[in-house]
Amino acid sequence: MRDDIIEIRWHGRGGQGAITAAKIVANAAFTSGYGGVVMAPTFGTERRGAPVLTSLKISKNKIYDLSPITEPDMVLVLDHLLVEEMDVAAGLKPGGLIIINSPRPPEAFDFPGMKIATADVTTMAANAGLPTGIVNTGIIGAFAKAAGLLDMDTLAGAIEAEFAGKNPEKNAEAARMTHAHTLTGGSA
Amino acid sequence: MHIIEAGNVAAAMGVKLAGVQVVAAYPITPQTPLTEKLSELVDSRQMDAQYIPVESEHSALSVCIAASSAGSRAFTATSANGLLYMNEQIHWAAGARLPIVMCVVNRGIGAPWTVWNDHQDAMSQRDTGWIQIYCCDHQQIIDTVIQAFAIAETVRAPVMVCYDGYILSHTYMPFDIPEQADVEKFLPAFTPDWALNPQCPANLNTVTLPEPRADVRGNTAPGYMEIRHNLHTDLRRTIDVIADTDAKFKDVFGRGGQPFIESYFCDDADHVVVCLGSLSYQMRDVIDELRKEGVSVGVYGLRLYRPFPDRAVAEALGGKNNVLVFEKALSYGYEGPLFSDIKAALYGTDNPPRIRNFILGLGGREIRTRDLYQAVKTACSENQNKPHDPDFIGLKM
Repeated sequence: MRDDIIEIRWHGRGGQGAITAAKIVANAAFTSGYGGVVMAPTFGTERRGAPVLTSLKISKNKIYDLSPITEPDMVLVLDHLLVEEMDVAAGLKPGGLIIINSPRPPEAFDFPGMKIATADVTTMAANAGLPTGIVNTGIIGAFAKAAGLLDMDTLAGAIEAEFAGKNPEKNAEAARMTHAHTLTGGSA
Repeated sequence: MHIIEAGNVAAAMGVKLAGVQVVAAYPITPQTPLTEKLSELVDSRQMDAQYIPVESEHSALSVCIAASSAGSRAFTATSANGLLYMNEQIHWAAGARLPIVMCVVNRGIGAPWTVWNDHQDAMSQRDTGWIQIYCCDHQQIIDTVIQAFAIAETVRAPVMVCYDGYILSHTYMPFDIPEQADVEKFLPAFTPDWALNPQCPANLNTVTLPEPRADVRGNTAPGYMEIRHNLHTDLRRTIDVIADTDAKFKDVFGRGGQPFIESYFCDDADHVVVCLGSLSYQMRDVIDELRKEGVSVGVYGLRLYRPFPDRAVAEALGGKNNVLVFEKALSYGYEGPLFSDIKAALYGTDNPPRIRNFILGLGGREIRTRDLYQAVKTACSENQNKPHDPDFIGLKM
């Protein structure tokens, strides 16, 4: 309803850490001068492996509406197989951005009228030395590159703060490597 | 210092800053992360308190009753059926005049089971003698938890700090953590005027006869009815205490100023919406949109529900054309409980406003801002007086 709020919807699977990723971006946004930041997980009967959703709203002003995002500006997909299981672009504003963790290029996806970015986050994270399947920090690098909203250094700092004591450097490196290998396409 | 965290963490930080000495709680969704955080804080010695694990909510509050009777600052938290399981001890804590603070992380009640938000749990405890304050965001949660101890210990009555399950408890947003030194200035250590003492045994709250009679020392002691009358008059007095506490809090922390009702574009409004908790903040975006269209509308968020600030409510609503009460609770077979209370507060006032009741969001039924906008817009144009029979928003069958 307000036009000063950037709405970002995250699609992942239970256990993938989409909530942590959204929280890291929320912290980086707040540090970057966005005084209004709200991250609201959608709670259902989630379990490991099942599709989960998180809403992240970012604004320079305080956000009062905590209801789930219905018309996102941007969608992040932590697992490209979700694209086949559900309409990840539901409600996405025309010209909106879809960022997908996928080894395939943006041209391999069909979202008419939308911008598409892909990155092989799974491989980048493994190259950075993280255990197989940890993608919630790498995807932040793709977000930094494709969205152009927050700079990579601030996001890397937020990743290191969140993962203090739990491989902070490798998690930040996964994001930086993904940042360098994000492909963009689709109609702009 | 500002941090971005969930509402349950805001509550836990408030409990830590308030210097709580005894925590006893039983985990229940969506309160669980609050008790987990407190147990972590106690375990890592960041909080100098005893965390007493219990096998049920009834025992959780029983432990707090004992701790508070012994002169400790005590805290518990629960939701929904956990709150109901405490019910006997909830009445007891108020009757025994113990300044316990409890967070009620609002959730719908079974049957059928639901883990999602509405206000039925806290509403069902309206008449227990507890003070009830509702929060709209994380800043209010942490600030209210700290203020709650000041209020409770001044009037010797327990306080429920209510906030919406999931919508606030599990949502992350920035909030300021007050400085410990400032909190200590605002809320000194708890010094009860009486506490249990093994050197001086006493019977507490034993069978109390209907009539006053001499106690063991030969002094005339009140009967049950006087004790209850005292609770009532002290709770009425609490309305002023809450205003004073808010003013003192504002002096130290710079936040507050609307302890009973938060007003958003209501001063010059023809139409006003009234609601509790996070819904009143969600409604602010609706008001912005309708104001752009030239509709003279505002929203009141009621913070204090018991004792009911009836005079403040009557003053706020007096002179309005149209009062629209939106609530996430229902007195089955009648109407929304807040609606009944607001009508009662308006009884006998000159030219009372038209009034209408809307029930929504029960058991977590999604409250879409677009639907709120449509409902308020339509109600403002209809300008209808409907003092009976609530309308339901969001029913799908």
